[in-house]
Amino acid sequence: MGADDNVSSDDNVLVRVENLVKHFPVKAGGFVKHTVGHVHAVDDVSLVIERGKTLGLVGETGSGKSTLARCVAGLIPVTSGTVNFNGRDITNLSRGAMRPLRREVQMIFQDPYSSLNPRRRVGAIIGDPFTVHKTATGAERKRQVQDLMERVGLNPEHYNRFPAEFSGGQRQRIGVARALALRPKLIICDEPVSALDVSIQAQVLNLLADLQQEYGLSYLFIAHDLEVVRHVSDKVAVMYLGRIGEAGPKESLYEHPRHPYSVALLSAASAADPDTAAARQRVILTGDVPSPIDPPAGCRFHPRCPKAQDLCATEEPALVRYKQSAAAEVASPAAAAETVGGEAHLAACHFPVADGESLAAAGTKELA
Amino acid sequence: MTLLEVKDLHVSFPTADGVVQAVRGVSFEVEPGRTLGIVGESGSGKTVLTQTLLGLTPGAEVTGNALFEGADLLDLSENEMRHVRGARISVIFQDPLTSLHPLYRIGWQIAEMIRAHEKSVSKKEARERSIDLLRRVGIPKPETRVDDYPHQFSGGMRQRAMIAMALSLEPKLIIADEPTTALDATVQAQIIDLLLRLQQDSGTALIMITHDLGVVADIADDVMVMYAGRAAEKAPKREVFYSSHHPYTKGLLESIPSSSSSGDRLKPIAGSPPSLISLPAGCKFNPRCAYVFDRCLHEEPVLHPVTESGEHTSACWLPSRAAGLSEKAEELREEAVREHRGEEAAEVAATGDEGAGD
Repeated sequence: MGADDNVSSDDNVLVRVENLVKHFPVKAGGFVKHTVGHVHAVDDVSLVIERGKTLGLVGETGSGKSTLARCVAGLIPVTSGTVNFNGRDITNLSRGAMRPLRREVQMIFQDPYSSLNPRRRVGAIIGDPFTVHKTATGAERKRQVQDLMERVGLNPEHYNRFPAEFSGGQRQRIGVARALALRPKLIICDEPVSALDVSIQAQVLNLLADLQQEYGLSYLFIAHDLEVVRHVSDKVAVMYLGRIGEAGPKESLYEHPRHPYSVALLSAASAADPDTAAARQRVILTGDVPSPIDPPAGCRFHPRCPKAQDLCATEEPALVRYKQSAAAEVASPAAAAETVGGEAHLAACHFPVADGESLAAAGTKELA
Repeated sequence: MTLLEVKDLHVSFPTADGVVQAVRGVSFEVEPGRTLGIVGESGSGKTVLTQTLLGLTPGAEVTGNALFEGADLLDLSENEMRHVRGARISVIFQDPLTSLHPLYRIGWQIAEMIRAHEKSVSKKEARERSIDLLRRVGIPKPETRVDDYPHQFSGGMRQRAMIAMALSLEPKLIIADEPTTALDATVQAQIIDLLLRLQQDSGTALIMITHDLGVVADIADDVMVMYAGRAAEKAPKREVFYSSHHPYTKGLLESIPSSSSSGDRLKPIAGSPPSLISLPAGCKFNPRCAYVFDRCLHEEPVLHPVTESGEHTSACWLPSRAAGLSEKAEELREEAVREHRGEEAAEVAATGDEGAGD
């Protein structure tokens, strides 16, 4: 890979997140609460989301992926760092200053049952954005809502129905229509298909792909299902305990994972194919994800890592760039331009995994 | 000898809106030491099916037989069932947090299970056995963790504790109902690995209920695919994955994103599953089926063998040779459709295609 393709020029970048930190205070005490610690939900994360592209974000429960998404959407204030949207710094804007931006960034949530108000009609739910942003009223609003409904595969005649009258997949379509209403540039999809049955999941994934093409949307796509992420994403980032462990173009990351955690995660993903399942060497990690209140020193993955050595417990590895070729060869420390979400394949590990290296044997380490 | 033999089981629930026909004539067998995977989407009846076997569906109208170790589970009194449930057949549910009592210590809950069935066991012995079980399922420092409360365990550890409890009386059959659905990928791998290992050690038979074909590919010997309360297809695992016959199984396999589908459009199944109160006539899959022809609209197919060995059965009117995902199988299917599709079916197929974007 040449040097020219590792940086996306800023024209291509829709979102640039730099050194983002989000800590939540942990309170204790009775009448007078005091802070006894912080949940390190997101710790020093930098990434870019390119225009018209999809950045997939994978990680387990508590890895901070949803918090990161909420920071990008400006739904919660950040502790430090900056979020740049479309060339403009939007970090910790006031509610009023944020409002015009809300048109450009929308979210689709996981649970189509709890993210729709059960007492409001579908037309009102999808039409709300028009009212709030005063872009259409009356008959014009109804026409636009019905256009949207048709676009996402709902029957426009169902304008006056309640969410309870729709199936799970149809409700998720309502959520998509609502997110689409103001023609946003970025849609943050937080586990949009994990509550749906497989046959319905495929319908919604196809819809999201069509809409991306039609409207040039960018997606930040969060999911725990690695095959779904591989299917929809251009670039993928793997999060673990508030940090990005590895990131890169999806082919490179899925075919040549360097971080032991990515290797374990990929080997744990279930393939719907008995021969693949039998041939695969499973890396069974010991233990659970540690508490983000007091994350491990050094590399955060070291207590569960089959390759961990003394160095890992003391020194935190930085993201470095890897060549996409066979050998796990370190080119150089990641330059500022080589951010997560760009063309470079980056991993933060002192002892990266080489192609063909087996972690399965080492994976049986006893839990301390 | 067959461990469990279910014959023509029907389960329905009378409700204010009508009769919900949750299970409509399902037959299957489980052999000792083998794993049967039951796959289906929400509302396919897979959970009701197994809960009925254990007498956990009060208010349901049940007909059929379920022979387990010579006795019909459906004829047992509540008292007799209590001796089977937990001791001979145990269950692992999806959500370990709601299946454990939040106010009792983990060890106490396992010990209680043992002492409820084996009256001669002392409290001390039961505790020792609990610690031993927790060690077997991979809980670190079981001597101290045995006194923890459920909230002190992580999701994966709770599911391990549930497995320990399920194993405590060395049952002949374990029914695992979506045991890994609530867990993260790496923890899911741990639990499946554990179940496989324990099964090898103890020779217990396992019924694995899941919506995840990946889990089935990992763990099952035989697979039954359910749709709208019936078995659509039943076969040894490899047959289901590599030469599936029923269009629903084929559709499920094709709608899963995989490395080979990356970047392409997925092939979803059009429409959504039918309401169990007002089921369509004929084959229940016909409104969503791409190969629908006239017979499908009027006659409901039953499971029949599609291979010579008779192990692979499918409830579909398509010719037996039209199995698999290959182009040749596709030609056979299309040929059958050309020959048998009349006007009526063509209309159904047309509305189905329209719904494909739905």
